[in-house]
Amino acid sequence: MKLDINGQVHEVDADPDMPLLWAVRDMVGLTGTKFGCGMAQCGACTVHQDGVPIRSCITPVSDVEGTKITTIEGLNGKVAEAVQTAWTELDVPQCGYCQSGQVMAATALLTENPKPTNADIDAAMSGNLCRCATYQRIRAGIHEAAKMLG
Amino acid sequence: MLPLKLKTETFKPSRRQFLIGAAAAGAGLSISFRVPGVRAAGATPTPNPFNAYVTISPDNTVTILSAHMDMGQGCYHGIATLVAEELEADRSQLVVVGAAGNPKLYGNIAWGGEAQGTGGSSAMFSSFDRYRKAGALARTMLVKAAAEQWGVPVSEIKVEKGVLSHGSGKQATFGELADAAAKQKVPADVALKPRQQWKLIGSEEFRRIDSREKSTGRQDYTIDVKLPGMLTAMVAHPPLFGATVKGFDAAPAKAVKGVVDVVQISRGVAVVAENTWAAMKGREALKVEWDDSAAEKRGSAELFAEYLKQADQPGEAIAASRGDVEGAMKRATKMIEATYQFPYLAHAALEPLDAVAYKNGDVLEIWGGHQMPDLYQAAAAEIAGLKPENVQLHVMKTGGGFGRRAVTDADVITEAVETAKAIDWKAPVKVLWTREDDMRGGRYRPLFVHKVKVGLDDDGNIVAWHHRQVGQSILIGTPFEAMLVKDGVDATSVEGVSDHRYAVENFRSEIANAKVDVPVLWWRSVGHTHTAYVMETMIDDIARQTGKDPVDLRRALLKDHPRHIATLNLAAEKAEWGKEMPQGVFRGVALHESFGTVVAEIADIRMQDKGAFKVERVVCAVDCGTAINPDQIRAQMEGGIGFGLGSVLHEELTLTKGQVDQTNYDSYLPLRIEEMPKVETYIVPSDAPPSGVGEPGVPPIGPAVANALAAATGKRVRILPFAKGLSA
Repeated sequence: MKLDINGQVHEVDADPDMPLLWAVRDMVGLTGTKFGCGMAQCGACTVHQDGVPIRSCITPVSDVEGTKITTIEGLNGKVAEAVQTAWTELDVPQCGYCQSGQVMAATALLTENPKPTNADIDAAMSGNLCRCATYQRIRAGIHEAAKMLG
Repeated sequence: MLPLKLKTETFKPSRRQFLIGAAAAGAGLSISFRVPGVRAAGATPTPNPFNAYVTISPDNTVTILSAHMDMGQGCYHGIATLVAEELEADRSQLVVVGAAGNPKLYGNIAWGGEAQGTGGSSAMFSSFDRYRKAGALARTMLVKAAAEQWGVPVSEIKVEKGVLSHGSGKQATFGELADAAAKQKVPADVALKPRQQWKLIGSEEFRRIDSREKSTGRQDYTIDVKLPGMLTAMVAHPPLFGATVKGFDAAPAKAVKGVVDVVQISRGVAVVAENTWAAMKGREALKVEWDDSAAEKRGSAELFAEYLKQADQPGEAIAASRGDVEGAMKRATKMIEATYQFPYLAHAALEPLDAVAYKNGDVLEIWGGHQMPDLYQAAAAEIAGLKPENVQLHVMKTGGGFGRRAVTDADVITEAVETAKAIDWKAPVKVLWTREDDMRGGRYRPLFVHKVKVGLDDDGNIVAWHHRQVGQSILIGTPFEAMLVKDGVDATSVEGVSDHRYAVENFRSEIANAKVDVPVLWWRSVGHTHTAYVMETMIDDIARQTGKDPVDLRRALLKDHPRHIATLNLAAEKAEWGKEMPQGVFRGVALHESFGTVVAEIADIRMQDKGAFKVERVVCAVDCGTAINPDQIRAQMEGGIGFGLGSVLHEELTLTKGQVDQTNYDSYLPLRIEEMPKVETYIVPSDAPPSGVGEPGVPPIGPAVANALAAATGKRVRILPFAKGLSA
């Protein structure tokens, strides 16, 4: 099976029903994408499929063949950079385990909506759990990134 | 967690152990400070502590070996701040790694210094002198080396941001001088900077050192450990607590592509596979027959019924007693009686439990969230038939913890080691739990019932307070019982009640330790998770029923406790307590001391339709002694408030016929972003030694919100969580 991940094509020997998460982590060896729940409840496994955030823990690899997958390792561009800079400047992460997913989700939000309100942020980020409850700084980080992007 | 004192004879450090510990911690780095205290066999057996905490390599990296594990609370950054302050290091050259394997060097000073561990919000207290001194010693040796090389007096050398310099123009980096400095005699003692000269401690500029890695997916956790040939195992655990394996059919599991082996271990049956997905599918296919004859079969409803009945009887043990409660109660002209129910709670840290075990020759290496490393090393050594010093622990940062990684039975560590042993050590083994394993695998905040009776006189003064609790002890049945449970009282059950600071002349705190086979554990702020709720809502009830202002009442009852009053006053001032609130907005206050830190929180809630409400804003004041990293203190208050708020609003772990009802984040409900209030944190200025901030932000938020709700509706929630208590 061929997977296009971060602009590189990987040949992986995965069952078609294997969730993309495990193919990315165990077979491609990119571990920035995290396992939290296995049923699309926490968002730690968020990656982009053709630029749209998806939960890789419930997405079978057979569903992503022929599409472009971006993980936290391959995330780039102005929006992503602004998000990660804001995250660092505001010291958003605590344990950090959910933050790959938060950054993926925040980048997708800002790409779609460059000036989100708190309500927009809450709606877009509600699927991303942070057990350390860094939510206040996640909101602030998104506003800060929006500001940087003008 | 409370101070622990382990039996030291079990964990005697040896020279070998020290070397292993140091090598493990500095893995991949060239350590140029070469352990002068451990020169050769027969030399002084006590390694010089200096080298146990700070190493500097010729590439200019300063590696700090942390005695405490970082599960997100930021202790690595705090410790880096302490070292850098005295060492005059540059932020960019600092690396912090976890150390383990030598309790003499890494023992938690708050616990008596003889056992290593992280808990009880004690890392900064334990580290404050130790790591400043380590930094100062290293700086002194660097300066001496420079003075010798340059032929100038020590007093003329300046150290700033990782560079030593002299007025003549000579300068050198730490790395350039590391080898020469390592050969210097370690000074017997060294003076620390007076606080007026601090540049980093207390500074807003010295930002957290791991934020970039954690924002870019580059931070590694145990789940990310990858070793050549490594296999991944999933363990089938008993469906009921106390059930055991009767038999199993491995064939259907082995038929799954990628499954390598199926082995029985003490805690279940492990399916070992080439990758995670194969292990998951293999475990799903596995057929295990369980013997549940000795299993716990009661459900939460039965437990509450039993506890409530028990709460009508005198407690088994007296945790605190003063005055004459019965006599004084007779004088009371008004009585407030209340019963509270608290459910089990799950830690539900986002990184599920995991560990990696690899026997490399005669050394067993274990990667994991080693929160109590001495215990894990001993447990692993016993399973492997090795000496403890041949067990090398790699301390990983963890994806949350909240207490779950500090287990006296070394649960997931033993699973990894037993599985690796069962396959004849032929490959490194990673054991990974799923969310369902984590939710149903036990170790919860214990279920508790409180029954409280407070007698008041005509003027509204408290004449007597009788407080009875029923719940499982965390410590009874663990290796710490003999040392830490006194006369049937486990302090982790009653902390916050038995030692409360309110002026109550006639007071008794009783506890009955329930016997239930559901495994329990410390859960971020431990006993304070329920005791603060009861104390602070009772005080609020007293204020409401006697027509007193809740802030004034607390001030009056805490006359002899200036730290409490100052913290309360700061929160009240910043929140403008007493001002008129907009229509539909109500506020509540709570104040609680835990782990030496005093926190006041004022919660504003906005009432919505049909009795629903939203917590909009929380003003928090904290006195944690010396503020080492003000922004990290704020971060822990924000996180603690979110964590605690989620627990009172929605979280409950329930059992039916002994089986846990919740399985994942769709049924167990931590706070999500839309319910996070705006938190403002204010730090009380203090010159006292630092206490902790990881836990103390949690306890006051529940009662503060409950008190706001009582102000809004007159309704008092005494059955938690609110989702249940409001409909009760």
